[in-house]
Amino acid sequence: MEAFIIYITVFVLAIFVGFEVITKVPPTLHTPLMSGANAISGITVVGALVAAGSKESTIAAVLGCAAVIMATINVVGGFLVTNRMLLMFKKKK
Amino acid sequence: MGISLINIVYLVASVCFILGLKGLASPRTAPRGNLIGALGMLLAVVATLLDQQIVTFQLIIIGLVVGGAIGTYLALTVEMTAMPQMVAAFNGFGGGASALVAATALLAPGALTNVPPTQLYVATAASGLIGAATFTGSMVAWGKLQGVLRWQPKSDSLQKTINGTLFLAAMALGALVVINPTAFWAYCLLVAVASVLGVMLTVPIGGADMPVVIALLNSYSGLAACATGFVLGNNVLIIAGSLVGASGLILTSIMCKAMNRSLAHVLFGTLGPTAETATADEVYGGKVKSASAEEAAMIFETARLVIIVPGYGMAVAQAQHSVRDLANLLQEKGAEVRYAIHPVAGRMPGHMNVLLAEADVPYDQLFALEDINDTFPEADVALVIGANDVVNPSARQDKTSPIYGMPILDVDKSQTVMIIKRSLSPGFAGIPNPLFAAPNALMLYGDGKEMVRELIAALREQ
Repeated sequence: MEAFIIYITVFVLAIFVGFEVITKVPPTLHTPLMSGANAISGITVVGALVAAGSKESTIAAVLGCAAVIMATINVVGGFLVTNRMLLMFKKKK
Repeated sequence: MGISLINIVYLVASVCFILGLKGLASPRTAPRGNLIGALGMLLAVVATLLDQQIVTFQLIIIGLVVGGAIGTYLALTVEMTAMPQMVAAFNGFGGGASALVAATALLAPGALTNVPPTQLYVATAASGLIGAATFTGSMVAWGKLQGVLRWQPKSDSLQKTINGTLFLAAMALGALVVINPTAFWAYCLLVAVASVLGVMLTVPIGGADMPVVIALLNSYSGLAACATGFVLGNNVLIIAGSLVGASGLILTSIMCKAMNRSLAHVLFGTLGPTAETATADEVYGGKVKSASAEEAAMIFETARLVIIVPGYGMAVAQAQHSVRDLANLLQEKGAEVRYAIHPVAGRMPGHMNVLLAEADVPYDQLFALEDINDTFPEADVALVIGANDVVNPSARQDKTSPIYGMPILDVDKSQTVMIIKRSLSPGFAGIPNPLFAAPNALMLYGDGKEMVRELIAALREQ
């Protein structure tokens, strides 16, 4: 129970931080915001790596490998495409 | 590397994510913000690889190489017009990965997690449900945006009953996972039911409502990561997932407000003409004026302020580069050019801005609805290209209109409105647009790109 309270605390505070930070993003950057946030949600790769690398269960390792592939597409593709878009935004010369 | 040291690296990664999103507050700081976010991700991955539970690297290397190659290829080759479907697909992969990781935690709890059993199983069920529904829902959204999936059943009561039943079944299976966690088949069945639910919820939603759906799926992919964080007892997943969940929810609410519709109406309702809606003949009958490119060019010649209103049709016609050339020519002739961007122009939030940025339109010429609406009365010409419902004055004047109350761009208040359009066909809402019959409106019939090119040629000759 003690541990659960700590996780919930982190969760609620992070939601508030998220709202504060995201509301400051201007509409012109909403597409890069989505692709960038998307890349961040690929953080699930962290769990996938442990699953793919442990020896406790073979099925878990295989599922973990599939999860690593999907999450890595998300992370690598997300950050790269966001970078590609952001470099297009230029001010008037 | 000790557990506490790994957790400190995770904390640093979380801070990087927050700073990265903070950088997106301005186009100037945004590229650096994105790099900081990517750095956070790299730190988290490297720290995880030093985890003592990892004993074999074969599958990890395969996963990282394959995923990295596919991601790189997609990111570097995608056309900007296809960005919505790519973000949809990425959302799906994120959700799917979360559901898979939750499954592995059921199979190998010893290696992955040490959270209390109740938290583990409840969070696993949540992750499976949200993750799987996000995966299939995103794939449907991808198919629709890509144009490979054309099936669009009407959202009727039968469908609502099916969805309700599926949701209850998913809840029951979720409870079963919690009560009897050794029954792995229950989790598999939960994922299967959630997958069908994801398809059923997304399939009735039409093209112009896609911005809402993608934003919502974005939020779900974050929440799935968050649930997986509770499964693994890992704060960096909880924090990153919450940030993304919040981001998606904010964008969803912005999109809904921009259409003056509730989220429930977008997801389950239908939009279209009612018995009270005026017919096209009543609205247009003999009142619509059209002009040639030469006549239009004469009006542009003396204009001092021109506001361009692009819609999704501009992207379909691939006209953004020609539009920029026209704007440059008008500026050479001494006019001021601004772009007015409606929040739901395009197929995802901010899509139009990216398309124009790609065509080298400076971002300080792009104005959001609330920043430009007061300027239309001063504009000599408002040029509408590929937009329809978002400039329909019925939203302001006609209480019986299905789009009444939706915030629109007040193009009808400018001196002259020119609308580039193939015909008088209705937009997504399926209703006629009285703007086309307004006394100060001129229709320029034709393909978006060609008409803009004709305008440029006519202006050069003058």
